[in-house]
Amino acid sequence: MNAIDTKTLLPVESSSRGLNSVQSLEKKDLVMVNLGPSHPATHGTLRALCALDGETIVAAVTEIGYLHRGFEKDCEVHTFQQCIPYTDRLNYVSAIMNNVGFCKAVERMMNIQVPERAIYIRVITSELNRIIDHLVCAGANLVDIGALTNFWYSFNVREKVYNILEKLCGARLTSSYTRIGGLSRDVYPAFGAEVTAVLKEIRKGVLDVQKLVTKNRIFLDRTKDICVISKEKAISYGWTGPTLRASGVEYDLRKAEPYYHYEDFKFDVPVGSRGDIFDRIFIRFLEIEESIHIIEQALGKLPNGPVMTDDKRVALPPKQQTYGNIEGLMNHFKIIMHGICPEPGRVYDATEAANGELGFTIVSDGSKNPYRIKCRPPCFMNFAAYHTIIEGTMIADAVANLGSINIIAGELDR
Amino acid sequence: MEFSALLEKLKEKTPQAILGSADRFGALEVQVDRAQLAGMVKILRDDPEFQFDMLVDIVSVDYSAFSGWTGERFGVIYHLKSLGHGHRIQLSLTAPEDGPVVPSLTTLYANADWLEREAFDQMGIRFSGHPNLKRLLNHHEFVGHPLRKDYPITRRQALSMNESLMDEMEVRLKEKGYV
Repeated sequence: MNAIDTKTLLPVESSSRGLNSVQSLEKKDLVMVNLGPSHPATHGTLRALCALDGETIVAAVTEIGYLHRGFEKDCEVHTFQQCIPYTDRLNYVSAIMNNVGFCKAVERMMNIQVPERAIYIRVITSELNRIIDHLVCAGANLVDIGALTNFWYSFNVREKVYNILEKLCGARLTSSYTRIGGLSRDVYPAFGAEVTAVLKEIRKGVLDVQKLVTKNRIFLDRTKDICVISKEKAISYGWTGPTLRASGVEYDLRKAEPYYHYEDFKFDVPVGSRGDIFDRIFIRFLEIEESIHIIEQALGKLPNGPVMTDDKRVALPPKQQTYGNIEGLMNHFKIIMHGICPEPGRVYDATEAANGELGFTIVSDGSKNPYRIKCRPPCFMNFAAYHTIIEGTMIADAVANLGSINIIAGELDR
Repeated sequence: MEFSALLEKLKEKTPQAILGSADRFGALEVQVDRAQLAGMVKILRDDPEFQFDMLVDIVSVDYSAFSGWTGERFGVIYHLKSLGHGHRIQLSLTAPEDGPVVPSLTTLYANADWLEREAFDQMGIRFSGHPNLKRLLNHHEFVGHPLRKDYPITRRQALSMNESLMDEMEVRLKEKGYV
């Protein structure tokens, strides 16, 4: 058999640069293109400067800070309670998880026991938030690679979850639902039934999306083995959450360092095998299913009782005491005017948020304002690695990859 | 590894670098000699008994307004996590007001690059050995370090030009072999 002469099939001189195996490494052949800071596919204000050879990104550098608003500095001149609304604006796609993360850190610092009912409601609302966060991530990611219908399927059910959250705390996006020591209010009577009904719809919505994409040739070609990140590299970059698990590391704080009775709930931690875009999208679909399991179990176990601790250091007294006796009135006055004052010290506490490990380091000097707060946003680590992953891929892959690591500029830039 | 066992092991392996230890609400904090940080972290990362393979966070603190504080002005806290063993550790060190310089961990952890840039940007801590210590969250024309206690929260700055990023790009292209 005659060997095929590739040279005659594909003369080096006439082939396009993308197909040519011999590349001249000259800077003058490259085109510099800014992806962002205001670009529909960034879903926020991010910037990546890409050096292009044809359509291939040969080098990239990123810039963040466009949404930096000084969250940490602002907290230093507000009381601990006043910081809670600021945390809504970190990952605004799953605000309650930030509320929970922050309050849990302060509660750990002050050794406050949150009532059981409040813990279960925190779990239920957190998992609802995880579901809508994943729906937004997967839905928006699929839009970025041209699959618009999935966006409607996932956002339809997200809307129904938001209706529940709106009934629950009056706000859709910026919920400020938790308080230090519990919750702002109890759930409404029909909450359980409505959540159960919406879970059914979520299952259907996720199934509809999966039906459209699982065997879709275009989707598979765009995501399989594209923008792979190895286990070792992901760990070195401090990746956590679904993006790390997509690379094959079974690490979930709900299992590794259980809090809020997560050790008693039956659920699995889905793990990917390749660490490509496909894994990062599909792991979210699987996690939605696990979150549904957790919510169903938590609703079944939801105990009766108060949703706010009676610890006088953090909880306002009941209204009849505020108006009925002097101790109640003074207690109310002290908490409003003098705030919550943890003992001097430093705490680090982390929860498994939708994007990964959301950590708060809080330094207290004993006054009503936090002396220093440092938030560890999970997607900060994801985006730190972004430029290294997209090098060697095409521009279109960079867009697809950006969606899969779910960058939320609110928590990235703080 | 248990809290106390971890501390004992650590004292065995790197006795000279440890200045003290504390219990931070159930988490182990070890105060570290600033000059020996990088060497100690390398042991923590590579020794199979520790295996602290993830740098979780770097936190910088300005203690100048902290009542009763007598130590050096700045504090830096490193949060490390071992995925294999499941344990955590906090390493803390202090740095003086004039010339707060701390060894960089960029050769040990990939995310130390951005975390150290953030600490430099916000607090003015310098990390010796960092390849590209420039601002990260604030604008490149920004003057001062906003998380320092003497930076007034109401101060505003007029910032005009956007950054070209070509300084970083040139380095990146050179690494890729472009001339």
